[in-house]
Amino acid sequence: MEVSLTAVCKNSAAACCLARSPRPRRRWFGARLPLGVTLFLLSISLISQGAATGPTSDDCLACHSDKSLTTKRGGRTVSLFVDQKKFTSSIHGSLQCTNCHADLDGKDLPHSTPLAKVNCGSCHSDESQLYAKSLHGRAVARGDSLAPRCVTCHGNHDILPVKDPRSSVAAMKVPFLCGQCHREGTPVQTSRNIPEHDILENYSESIHGEALLKKGLIVTANCASCHTAHSILPHTDPNSSIARRNIAATCTKCHANIELVHRKTIRGELWEKQANTVPACIDCHQPHKVRNVFYSQGMADADCMRCHANASLKSADGRPMLVRVSEVAGSRHLKVACSQCHSEVNASRVRPCETITHPVDCTSCHAEVGQQYQLSTHGQMHAKGDANAPSCKDCHGTHHVLGKHAPESLTFPTNVPDLCAKCHREGQKAALLYTGTEHSIIPRYNESIHGKGLLKSGLTVTATCTSCHTAHRELPASDQASTVNPKNLPATCGNCHHGIEEQFVQSVHSSAVTKTDKPLPVCNDCHTAHSIRRTDQDGFKLDIMNTCGRCHAEIAKTYFDTYHGKVSKLGYTKTAKCYDCHGAHDIQKVTDPRSHLSRANVVATCQKCHSDATRRFAGYLTHATHHDPKKFPFLYYTFWGMTALLIGTFAVSGVHTLLWFPRALQMRRELRAEEALEAEAEKNSDKTASEDKDGDDARQ
Amino acid sequence: MPDSKPQLAATADHKARAATGQRPSLVEVGAKAVPAVDRREFVRFPHLYRVLHACMIVSFLTLAVTGLSLKFSYTPWAARFSRLLGGFETAGYVHRFAAIVMFGTFTAHVIGLFKQKRRNHTTWKGILFGPNTLLPTKRDGQEFVATIKWFVGMGPRPKYGRWTYWEKFDYFAVFWGIVVIGSTGLTLWFPIFFTRFLPGPFINVATIIHSDEALLATGFIFTVHFFNTHLRPEKFPMDTTIFTGHMPLAELKRDKPREYAALLAAGELEQHLEEPQPAIVVKTIRVFAWIALSIGFSVVVWILYAMLFAYR
Repeated sequence: MEVSLTAVCKNSAAACCLARSPRPRRRWFGARLPLGVTLFLLSISLISQGAATGPTSDDCLACHSDKSLTTKRGGRTVSLFVDQKKFTSSIHGSLQCTNCHADLDGKDLPHSTPLAKVNCGSCHSDESQLYAKSLHGRAVARGDSLAPRCVTCHGNHDILPVKDPRSSVAAMKVPFLCGQCHREGTPVQTSRNIPEHDILENYSESIHGEALLKKGLIVTANCASCHTAHSILPHTDPNSSIARRNIAATCTKCHANIELVHRKTIRGELWEKQANTVPACIDCHQPHKVRNVFYSQGMADADCMRCHANASLKSADGRPMLVRVSEVAGSRHLKVACSQCHSEVNASRVRPCETITHPVDCTSCHAEVGQQYQLSTHGQMHAKGDANAPSCKDCHGTHHVLGKHAPESLTFPTNVPDLCAKCHREGQKAALLYTGTEHSIIPRYNESIHGKGLLKSGLTVTATCTSCHTAHRELPASDQASTVNPKNLPATCGNCHHGIEEQFVQSVHSSAVTKTDKPLPVCNDCHTAHSIRRTDQDGFKLDIMNTCGRCHAEIAKTYFDTYHGKVSKLGYTKTAKCYDCHGAHDIQKVTDPRSHLSRANVVATCQKCHSDATRRFAGYLTHATHHDPKKFPFLYYTFWGMTALLIGTFAVSGVHTLLWFPRALQMRRELRAEEALEAEAEKNSDKTASEDKDGDDARQ
Repeated sequence: MPDSKPQLAATADHKARAATGQRPSLVEVGAKAVPAVDRREFVRFPHLYRVLHACMIVSFLTLAVTGLSLKFSYTPWAARFSRLLGGFETAGYVHRFAAIVMFGTFTAHVIGLFKQKRRNHTTWKGILFGPNTLLPTKRDGQEFVATIKWFVGMGPRPKYGRWTYWEKFDYFAVFWGIVVIGSTGLTLWFPIFFTRFLPGPFINVATIIHSDEALLATGFIFTVHFFNTHLRPEKFPMDTTIFTGHMPLAELKRDKPREYAALLAAGELEQHLEEPQPAIVVKTIRVFAWIALSIGFSVVVWILYAMLFAYR
């Protein structure tokens, strides 16, 4: 708007009077005062300032009251119209144009150059200085196009006082003004480093937001109350109103003496003196989400430990009630007071905990996680009072809660499979309830590439149970909202295997590409869910053909009729398997030019193994069958020709042999008889011979 | 001792049978008691053909077993066998090596024919159209008809010559087989070379021809040929003639009466007679032949199992 104002003057065709710029302190002298008074005041002004004339607002408006006055800027048509009515009713209504557009002072009209940006700081120097140091001011100085300037919040010619409910910076409007940039989906929220999210939404549901927006309580805190109007700084900046050591002071601007209410947790002066060792307001009352509940009154841990340090303390039902200080001290909650979790305590009682009626509710701090948990199967079962359902403490422990980054934590990646196995191992309660198809999940995971990576190679970035099933929102695969639902699985695996996901979503198997009623395969259909194997080893390579064959039955069968398939069937992986030719994740229809088997790519694909392959060679039919006379007539007739030859030959020779058999038997019998006869004759001749010999001996 | 020709033949036959181990007691008795008996046998096959046949057996069995393991890869036996050989690649190398041996056998046979021609001072016409030709003749047709008549009891057994028609069929089946299986086999061995001038799907056609013709060959050899030469009752369990090269004279008279008569008439019988092979040689031959026969029968069982029970 500032810009458009400069253009107004630039394109003005009317003559303007010359005038020296009156100093801003003259702003109370209105242009619409009776002429005599004006002239009188003007003469005083001329005397005190030295004589000078310049364009008056009327001069400017001579052109700029024309609604059709426009200019071209950066290719856009911009209106140069100035609403005189709005301007005169604005807080600056009594000023001359040149009071702000100082560079027009003393210039002839129509002015032609683009006007300089209005410097609000020439009057509002304090605000301007604060702004310059603020996050927004520094962003502007850096040249950040998204950073707000004065006009962004305050407007230009129609600026109204803050107290005016019509003002853009009126208390009621501030959340929406800030929310223009600081709400989900805006360029600021998505492209700038802003750690808080759902700010506007959370604020509007908070006790402050509700008071302001529903009850119209304009004294309640809005954005500017905590962040200040002009000196907005990140909470990491020690000068920020929301810095940890300043937050108490900021909150107590409204919540005076609040430390008296928090006496046991905070103990008055500690709050001010040792800001780092005591919880700050925001530790319990999260920023933007400050809830409309009464937080348990502050209890000092020491009050609890008076009893709970006693090792022999037992609950009514006999559970040990000893709390080891060291456990809490070593945990993530070392700065959290007992009463923050064990809420419902009443500090005014001798035994403050006697008013506790509910177990610890972690969601009072971990609200988001709690919401997710409630959606999960675990949470749903828990809500129904199912004793099998795990609650927060079953996975995270109680007083010794550790973050997932601590190796001794139950939720440290290498411990997660064992943690889940407590219930999901075969024979355990979750496995007994389970009715799906996945069994022996834990041992199969442990032998999978993920399990080996995690447990044998100690690779903590490898996928554990929670990587796929999420930590808090586990849902069965059949649930559309589940991360392991077939619809969502590619994205889930893609969290780590991003490159594969990119290929997959463009492939013929992706539901984004192929529209069909038939189920399309997703990651686990080929890789399985829990026993995922290395794809460069024989087991996977041999099974993949049957895996593809589950859907592509006919084409798999014909593959096994040809050389590649036959060798694979023998248990060897050196010949081409489905994915060697079709690709693994980037499978396209063979008619698609991107396919590895398209006319342009097929020879190169064959050359992966057959280095000398030619186009003719690539004409080999890798899925040929001799059972299809329509598709492969030459194979069909060759096969039946050969079969006819085979059957013919065997028929003729078979009949020949069968006929021969009785004759041959007969011959054998005759031969045997002949032999027997001969043997007899031989025996006789032998006898004669030996008798002769005896006779000879006797003669000698 | 009686020395007339018929008697000689009878005795030789008897002694030969003894020598092949069927009745060893008689050998000893005979050898000790009548050392002067003429035990000579008719030489049907020269050394070269005995060796070539042995080479054929080894290479053929090897080709059959390695090839069928690929053809019947869907049977568990095939996978097991492939592992035993050291993988499909080794099986492939063995298959191709055996193919080279078979091509070598074929070449040696052709060269043998040339040598035979030169040694016997005959012409091609003499070899191809002489009385002992392996080419089918009109007489073979007549003998075939006469044989069928004999089978059904409508006539006497024909007086066969040196080569019966089924022996000629066996011989040319091998010729045909080597040409058909060999050429398609080379196509599959060097597919990139062959697709320079043949279309790609021809490799598929070659595969079908190669494997089905191989099935025919193995099936035929391991059933019909085995029966015709070894298993028919009068020869059971095997005929060792092709291995020893020798044939008892009585058998020549009975099975090839026309050849015997021709030899007698020409007075050439004497120059075709030799002393029997030593016992150890015969024994070795029998062991070898038994192994070959067993492998052959196993393959037939495998083929039947694969074709009838495991076919998909």
